[in-house]
Amino acid sequence: MLVSILRQGDFLIASIHTALDDAELLKFQQDVVTKIGEHRSRGVIIDVAALDVLDSFGSLTLRNLAHIARLRGSATVLVGIQPDVAFAIVQLGMNVDVHTALDLEEGLEMMEQLTGGRRAGRSSLAVLRDLP
Amino acid sequence: MTTSAVDVSTAAERADIDEHAELLPELVAHLREHRSELREEWSTRINAAHLLAAMTPQEITSETQSVYDNYVEVLETGSVEALQRYARDLSERIIPRGVETHEVVGIVLLLRDVLARSLFKKYQQDFALLNRVLDAYEPAANRIANTVAVSFVDERERVIRDQQDAIRELSTPVLQVRERLLILPIIGVLDNQRASQLTEQLLHGIRTHRAKVVVIDITGVADVDEPVANHLVKTVDASRLMGASVIITGLSSEIAQTLVMIGVDLNKMNTIGDLQGGIEEAERLLGFKVTKSAES
Repeated sequence: MLVSILRQGDFLIASIHTALDDAELLKFQQDVVTKIGEHRSRGVIIDVAALDVLDSFGSLTLRNLAHIARLRGSATVLVGIQPDVAFAIVQLGMNVDVHTALDLEEGLEMMEQLTGGRRAGRSSLAVLRDLP
Repeated sequence: MTTSAVDVSTAAERADIDEHAELLPELVAHLREHRSELREEWSTRINAAHLLAAMTPQEITSETQSVYDNYVEVLETGSVEALQRYARDLSERIIPRGVETHEVVGIVLLLRDVLARSLFKKYQQDFALLNRVLDAYEPAANRIANTVAVSFVDERERVIRDQQDAIRELSTPVLQVRERLLILPIIGVLDNQRASQLTEQLLHGIRTHRAKVVVIDITGVADVDEPVANHLVKTVDASRLMGASVIITGLSSEIAQTLVMIGVDLNKMNTIGDLQGGIEEAERLLGFKVTKSAES
C-alpha cells in the first residue's frame, strides 16, 4: 500500500508511505480531492513523515492539493516533513505556502484551531483568512 | 650510436655519485671536527639576525646542538627520516611559543650558509675540488632545508586543523530553554560552511526537541554576506515547513541592511531587537507567563 486516506471525524488523514512517482502523486491528489467531497471534510492532514526525499514535482503537487482543497472548503496541514526534505524544498526555491506542523499530533491540534474545533458552527471560510 | 651516448652519460653519472660518496665522508669528518666553533658561529649569526626571540639562550643552545648533529647525520647517512621526526617534534614544542615559519627556515638556511663558508675556507686552495665538494654538499643541504620547512608547516597545519575541528564542534549550540522553545546563540563569523552546519543542527534539533518556537540570536555576528543572509532566510523557511516558527534577534544594522538589499520578504521574517525581547515573545507564543514571586 503506497498511501492511505483515512477518515477521522470531520478530517481526512492522508499518509504517504513510500516515494511516489509523478503519476501516483497525481492519482493521490485526485483521490484526496474526491474524498473531501464524499465525506464533506473540513480539513485534510497530509503526513509525509515516511519520505526521505521530495522532488520539485512532489512539493508542487502537495501545494496544489492544498490550494484545491481550500477551494473545496477544506483546510490542509502538511505534517512530518523531514529536516533534509525541508531544506531541499527551500533550497529549490519552491514556495510551499501551506500550513505545516511537526507531526500528526501537532497537525491535528493545529487543524482543530484552524477549523475552530470539530463540529463547531464556524464557517470553513474562516480558514481562508488566517493562512500564513 | 644512441646506446653509446646513453652509456657515456650513465657512466659519468655513476662516477659523479661515486665521487659524492667519497667526498661526503670527508665533509662530515670536517664538520664533526669543527663542531663547536661552527655551532658557536651559527648561534652568533642567529642572535645577530634576531631569530628565535621567543626562546631563551639556553634553549637555543640545546636546540642548535641537536639541529647541528641531525644535520651532519643527514649528510652522512642521506636519510632524512630521523631529521623529519626531530623537526616535527621540535615544531610541536616551539609553535605554541609563537615561533614563526620564517624563523625556522631562517636558522636552517643560516646553518647551511655557515657550513658552506667553512667549506670555502677549507678548500680555497683547490677551486676544482671546492666545486666538487659543493656539488656533493648543496643537494643534501637543500634537501635538509626543505625537510625542516615542510615538517614545520605540516605541524602548523595540523594544529590549525585541530583547532578548526574544535571550533566547529563548539560553534552552534542548540539549547532548550523552555518546553518546545529552543535558542541558538551565534557568536563570531558566520560563513557559508558554518551557516549550513547551523541549519542542519537547527532542523534536527527541532525534531528531537519537538520545538515550536526557535529564537536565533545573532547579536554576536557583526556582518554577513549575501549568500549567508539568503541561507538564513532559507533556514527560517525550512523551520516553518517543520512546524516551528523562528524569531531572529539582535540583528546588527549591517545585517539588517544586507537583508533589505537582497530583498527578503519581511513578512516571513520575525525579528525582535534583543534576545530578551525574543524570549518574551516566544513565551507569549507558547502560552508561558513569567511572573515575579511575591517575596522578592
